Amino acid sequence: MNFIYERLLGGKNGMIGVAILAVLIFIILPLSLDLFRLNLVGKYLTYAFAAVSLVLLWGYGGILSLGQGVFFGLGGYSMAMFLKLEASDPVSTKIQSTPGIPDFMDWNQLTELPWFWEPFNSFGFTTVAVILIPGIFAFIIGYSMFKRRVGGVYFAIITQIIALILTVLIVGQQGYTGGINGITDLKTLNGWDIREDSSKYILYFINAILLFGVIFISRYVLTSKFGRLLLAMKDKEDRVRFSGYDVSNFKIFVFVLSAMIAAIGGAMFTLQVGFMSPSFVGIVPSIEMVIFAAVGGRMSLIGVVYGTLLVNFGKTMFSETFPEFWLFLMGGLFIAVVMYFPNGLAGLWDKHGYRLTSCIKNLQCYSNIKAFIDSKRTSKVNAVNE
Amino acid sequence: MTSTDFTLAIEDLTVSFDGFKAVDSLNLYLDKDELRVVIGPNGAGKTTVLDLICGKTKSSEGSIKFRNKELTSLAEHEIVQAGVGRKFQTPSIYENLTVYENLEISFPRGRGVFGSITFKCTEEVDERIKEVAGEIFLEPLLEMEAALLSHGQKQWLEIGMLLIQDPELLMLDEPVAGMSVKERDQTAELLKRICKGRSVLVIEHDMAFVEKIADKVTVLHQGKILAEGDMQTVQSDPNVIEVYLGH
Amino acid sequence: MGEYTTQELLSIFAMQGFAGFSLFSVLLLMALGLAIIFGQMGVINMAHGEFMAVGAYTTYLLSAMSEKYFPGFIQYYFIFAILFSFVIAGALGYLAELALIRHLYKRPLDTLLATWGLSLIMQQAFRSIFGAREVSPTLPEWLLGSYQPTESIDIPLNGLFVLGLTAAVTLGVFILMYRSSWGLRVRATTQNRVMSGAVGINTKKIDRLTFALGCGIAGVAGAAFTTIASTGPTTGSLYIVDTFMVVVFGGAGSLLGTIASAFSIAQGQSILEFFISGSMAKVITLLTIVIFLMMRPEGLFASKVRK
Repeated sequence: MNFIYERLLGGKNGMIGVAILAVLIFIILPLSLDLFRLNLVGKYLTYAFAAVSLVLLWGYGGILSLGQGVFFGLGGYSMAMFLKLEASDPVSTKIQSTPGIPDFMDWNQLTELPWFWEPFNSFGFTTVAVILIPGIFAFIIGYSMFKRRVGGVYFAIITQIIALILTVLIVGQQGYTGGINGITDLKTLNGWDIREDSSKYILYFINAILLFGVIFISRYVLTSKFGRLLLAMKDKEDRVRFSGYDVSNFKIFVFVLSAMIAAIGGAMFTLQVGFMSPSFVGIVPSIEMVIFAAVGGRMSLIGVVYGTLLVNFGKTMFSETFPEFWLFLMGGLFIAVVMYFPNGLAGLWDKHGYRLTSCIKNLQCYSNIKAFIDSKRTSKVNAVNE
Repeated sequence: MTSTDFTLAIEDLTVSFDGFKAVDSLNLYLDKDELRVVIGPNGAGKTTVLDLICGKTKSSEGSIKFRNKELTSLAEHEIVQAGVGRKFQTPSIYENLTVYENLEISFPRGRGVFGSITFKCTEEVDERIKEVAGEIFLEPLLEMEAALLSHGQKQWLEIGMLLIQDPELLMLDEPVAGMSVKERDQTAELLKRICKGRSVLVIEHDMAFVEKIADKVTVLHQGKILAEGDMQTVQSDPNVIEVYLGH
Repeated sequence: MGEYTTQELLSIFAMQGFAGFSLFSVLLLMALGLAIIFGQMGVINMAHGEFMAVGAYTTYLLSAMSEKYFPGFIQYYFIFAILFSFVIAGALGYLAELALIRHLYKRPLDTLLATWGLSLIMQQAFRSIFGAREVSPTLPEWLLGSYQPTESIDIPLNGLFVLGLTAAVTLGVFILMYRSSWGLRVRATTQNRVMSGAVGINTKKIDRLTFALGCGIAGVAGAAFTTIASTGPTTGSLYIVDTFMVVVFGGAGSLLGTIASAFSIAQGQSILEFFISGSMAKVITLLTIVIFLMMRPEGLFASKVRK
């Protein structure tokens, strides 16, 4: 019991934070929003996976990655490939020159399925691939850089270049990847139609459950000695090394873990939105993920979810009414977060949140409720004593 | 190379930076239970020798044997795991963590990735942390954030972080720099206490302090050993007098 | 390939080689400003592309104004445009350093993020002032057309102009950095800030001027590029990653490194493009650079700094 309380929920404050977020995501939003908007929230929550991954990597590990979109995209594309193959069965594609392969391949005069698409016919392989392919990719990148002690700004720029490489590759090889439009027209997952309204509701809840799962796993890792070591490495890497730890192994691990988390988000994105394209892989989406984490609070697993929701809601709202204003706001927000509140909203709450809670405690209705509960408790005790 | 009974056997150690020989064919031998102090004018190569032993700097030539294990080919964390602890000149502790957490991180278990995730702070670990904290005069301050300690207390904390690893060779670079007289006395007593069962190598400038703690003294000058022996012998050596007092 | 005559092949080779040189000069001009800022100051300016756009838009403005008010001036305004771009971009850079950058010197990752925010603001400012569509200045006649030494070799004049301008700017930077007393003070500040302050160098002012110089050079690059392509609000972001790559690959802090880096990347990519498709050529060039950087993070010419 204590394990769950301390290690997964994060003690008293953590538990309250998780509870409030859970009520918001599982109860309030589904009840108050129509399906279209709920689906949007579901999409934003998939970005939150990437933001959570940055709490581990950037907030605790001090490693800035400007290429989380790469892993989000790898996970998303894996799922998209499976769904596309399912939607490209010979019957539905019989008008193509080569039936049985995805439409964009047909348009690019491919006559058979490329070899690396074949394994994605299997759902089992795909679920494993969503996590493993980005993980292996992250391992290779992490190993070659952290063993050579490449870090900081150089690491950030190299992740940017990798995001660029992947984007150029996907866009350039449109016969194999769907090009700049991505992989679209996805229909069913093992026969289950994901375009139906009921499916979208179910996917929303699955997504939310997975998000909380990922938060709990991250919390478990961060509240262990490993988490404290990450903080120590961020502060004084040399001291940690001279205390007998192989620092590069730790960095590789946190990089791989964060890649896998972002990838799950990508796969859930494909399922909920129904397509995947290179515009979620490259430099701009990767930096947006950093903004979500920065605004929400890079040290707070719950905070970054709020940050993601807020920034995305803001974007949708302002883009409709004041599109000019939005970019100014976002740029300014970025600068403000960096200069004045580096721990984001969560940091502000930590510092000033007590004002709100004490304000609530001072309200008359609060004390009335408390008095009511107390009186019930005393009457129960009296009943027991009789 | 020949095997040896010494805890630390340095032979023909040389390192140059851009042509300048910071350490020049150095030979140094350390026994078990010995407290050796290394002194010498600035630039003599004292910190460089520590850097070479703990792996921070790579030597150009020579060998460093710790309990007959060759250290020059190992990575820094492997040298630590072999039993060598190094304290840096400026206190190198984790400011954001408490004294307790500083010591807990330095506890020599859960050193691998998965080991650290599943590491449980058991009673055994808890007791050991409290024990070490007592030795370094910080027991009442266990819950204090390390950044708030005084300079001297930070030095002690770092020594504690090394002690908890139970190293066989403990290397301290200017442990009393910036300490008050009273703190120096306490540190001298601490060092004499902890060198039971291990070898301690200390770099220091404060001669009064050196006299209190040293079994043997080595004087380094321009990367070479100028003199070696107990405090009396070294202080009366004419070469040492010339180097310290000038021409 | 076998259907061409020797003369035609030579012509193709000359033009391809020139294309490579052209790309080299573009990369170098972009990277020079950044090399100074990143190399000398360790500051990551993600808004560098936008400072280039400032230069481009300035040129466009001057062109529009000349057309409207001084039609006879149209042949000569371009030289002024380059100077103006330098001054305006430099002034904006000066302001940016004053308001933003100087608070973040010890935090390179935060500088990266803050300057990205700045680039977003600048992009939106361009959009609000100049509109979302791309614009182009009217180029003077002496920049149009091409130079044809032989019948089959066709070398565009604007490419030659950019090449020449790059050479001039590079020489200028070299003289400034390595042969002037001001450059000496800049290098001293980079290598040992505390000591430089102690000997009376106003390090804060040096930083501000260095940053402004880097931005000014970016402005010149932007002005030069109006001869090659049109300018829109997002033009800056097209160039930024390539520019960083050139600087990091060459080794921050080394002017020679930046030159060598721009040259090898440009030639490498051009030669590759001859054999394989454009996108794959880019991918392979980028991959090679990344792998190289993973093995040697300091880049081609590492500056010898004793930590």
